[in-house]
Amino acid sequence: MTSARRRSYGVKGAPYAFLLPAAVLFALFFALPIGYAVWLSLHKVQVKGLGLGAGARSEVWAGLENYADTLSDSELLDGALRVLGYGALVIPVMLGLALVFALMLDTERVRLAPFTRLAIFLPYAVPGVVAAMLWGFLYLPDVSPFHFVLDRLGLPQPDLLDGGPLYIALSNIAVWGGTGFNMIVIYTSLRAIPAEVYEAARLDGATPLQIAVRIKIPMVAPSLVLTFFFSIIATLQVFSEPTTLKPLTNSVSTTWSPLMKVYQDAFGKGDIHSAAATAVVIAFVTLLLSFGFLRAANSRNKQEAAR
Amino acid sequence: MPNTKLRRLRRWGATSVAVALGTTALAACGSSDDSEGEGKAESGPVSLTYWSWTPGMDKVADLWNEGPGRKDRVTVTVKKQASGDTLVTKILTAHKARKGPDLVQAEYQALPTLVSNDALADIAGEVDGVKDKFAEGVWQQTTLGSDAVYAIPQDSGPMMFYYRADLFKKYGLEVPTTWEQFADTARALKKKSPGTDLTTFSANDSGLFAGLAQQAGAKWWTTEGQKWKVAIDDAPTRRVADFWGGLVKEGAIDNQPMYTPAWNKALNTGKQIAWVSAVWAPGTLTTAAPDTKGKWAMAPLPQWSGGENVTGSWGGSSTAVTTDSRHKAAAAKFASWLNTDPEALTALAKEGGIYPAATTAQTSDAFTEPPAYFANQPDFYTRAADIAKTTAPSAWGPNVNVAYTTFKDAFASAAKNKSDFGAALRTMQDDTVADLEKQGFEVAE
Repeated sequence: MTSARRRSYGVKGAPYAFLLPAAVLFALFFALPIGYAVWLSLHKVQVKGLGLGAGARSEVWAGLENYADTLSDSELLDGALRVLGYGALVIPVMLGLALVFALMLDTERVRLAPFTRLAIFLPYAVPGVVAAMLWGFLYLPDVSPFHFVLDRLGLPQPDLLDGGPLYIALSNIAVWGGTGFNMIVIYTSLRAIPAEVYEAARLDGATPLQIAVRIKIPMVAPSLVLTFFFSIIATLQVFSEPTTLKPLTNSVSTTWSPLMKVYQDAFGKGDIHSAAATAVVIAFVTLLLSFGFLRAANSRNKQEAAR
Repeated sequence: MPNTKLRRLRRWGATSVAVALGTTALAACGSSDDSEGEGKAESGPVSLTYWSWTPGMDKVADLWNEGPGRKDRVTVTVKKQASGDTLVTKILTAHKARKGPDLVQAEYQALPTLVSNDALADIAGEVDGVKDKFAEGVWQQTTLGSDAVYAIPQDSGPMMFYYRADLFKKYGLEVPTTWEQFADTARALKKKSPGTDLTTFSANDSGLFAGLAQQAGAKWWTTEGQKWKVAIDDAPTRRVADFWGGLVKEGAIDNQPMYTPAWNKALNTGKQIAWVSAVWAPGTLTTAAPDTKGKWAMAPLPQWSGGENVTGSWGGSSTAVTTDSRHKAAAAKFASWLNTDPEALTALAKEGGIYPAATTAQTSDAFTEPPAYFANQPDFYTRAADIAKTTAPSAWGPNVNVAYTTFKDAFASAAKNKSDFGAALRTMQDDTVADLEKQGFEVAE
């Protein structure tokens, strides 16, 4: 009897035993650091007198002070607006191109498909920092081959590292690097569409264009939602491209994007507490935006299914 | 810090890599990964860890380990680090976990920040007689105006004026001895060759501006009793800011940042023909403008009024003992040896390419020959030593990092828009004071 009870107990406990490693890892490397960040964000450093020597500095409770500072910081808001403008350029262009490339590769009479696929995907394999450095060289008027050619042709040479064109310059790096990845995601789901569907459409007299617009795009909508979701998160977290271009121009400040401000506060100014508060706010906004979008997309899907 | 500067050009790349690692650093921030920093507390052989970014420092430490260190049974292990601000962050993080190394390399302007975080030990009792080996203005940076000694000076960066001797001749320009002449030279050059700039105002290295302000007599941080006084937006600095702002506004000089591929090209092709820099410039020029080797010359920095003879300093670092060290006396002894012993200093100059802070070392055998890039100026180091003696004292405070960051953003935008540099200077002052007050420092009006 004891052995039977033990066995039944063992079976009951099994799911938890299997969950344990993941739960421990989650707690140690995800929940705990987030908790620490929140704890940091609720504290601040208090200095006495000249602040020199031992015991002059102590960590005290700050309540929501850091959050109040973060939310009333116009520089952070400006950064968010800059990133919004950047995202408005990057996401439509990148996903549009990815979709068009995927559809083109999926047509029957395409030549050199494997090579083309690889060629479009390859920039994704280049680390973002390296890509930004490469493009940085191409943008700098004095060393850019484009400027050289434009100069020879007697055409005007735009300064891509200033004002409005700066957004195009930064977006271009993201589009160049991200299109391939998104194309592969969409392309994979296109390949998963059963051939009978196309056959039926052709029998009904649909042209390739109609097949693409009426059948393929609706059927890969879930991948489009997924890629859009990823792109929103990537855009909100833009950091390496502007940081890499920063030394090349007077136009990118150290707080150009919200994440750059977090980095600057933590490692430039050494104020880890307000950096933590800003990071928590950014994480919250990212969560809100991305899940808000997922919900909206899901409810639309349900509506369509109901119809 | 010459060695830092030697690699400044490559820093663009290095920073970029740091960016990639930045996220990792954030994650690792609360943890400590270095337990080797602690030596054994028991008597017997002592082993010290030293964080430094100077190339070849391990070879210099070997001299100690095989010489004076062997006798005292004190072994120093060098751990190569990233330079400047990155290391400050790392030291503070390690100190938070009470696991800092025994010795660290620190730039002078970082010392108050480190002391304010209680990361550096007062070694006044261990370094008798060391003070006399250094110029007063250099030594004073390591005491923060108190009786304590928080570091031993290692290298210094007296500022100088570098120019293309051949092109100055070609354009019929005189080497400016005052800033007024400097401005006239810039204008005259623009008239003769509109596509050429005398130099650029770069907002991406705060140290240059700090050095120029120092030459003009600025004292950015001072103490009044138990209060800090911030005087960034005072007359001397305003004079410097308005001077450069005026030149940028009228288009007499360029406004693009230094250390970019475009800047290298401008120096290498004679599109920019002068550079206000420091004693480590030959190293930077060697990589930035290799084709113009032997065509440059060095002169003292232009002065604010004729007959004056003052320079500022740009860069330079010191060796400090941490509060986490369990062998402070042994560590202090090594720091003194490293920065005052002739053999050590010669090795530092040879292996690390530094310009020593110790005055006798500046005229030692290691500095009889000019740098290869300046072979045309045989008395390069003799003149450098004379200029080094005229370095104005500097005054650093506990949040230099904030002032420096604000400088970069405010002056970059002012340079870009060719707008009022005075407004940018006020931003710098206001942000620095606001940060001090936020941290709870007492600030005098």
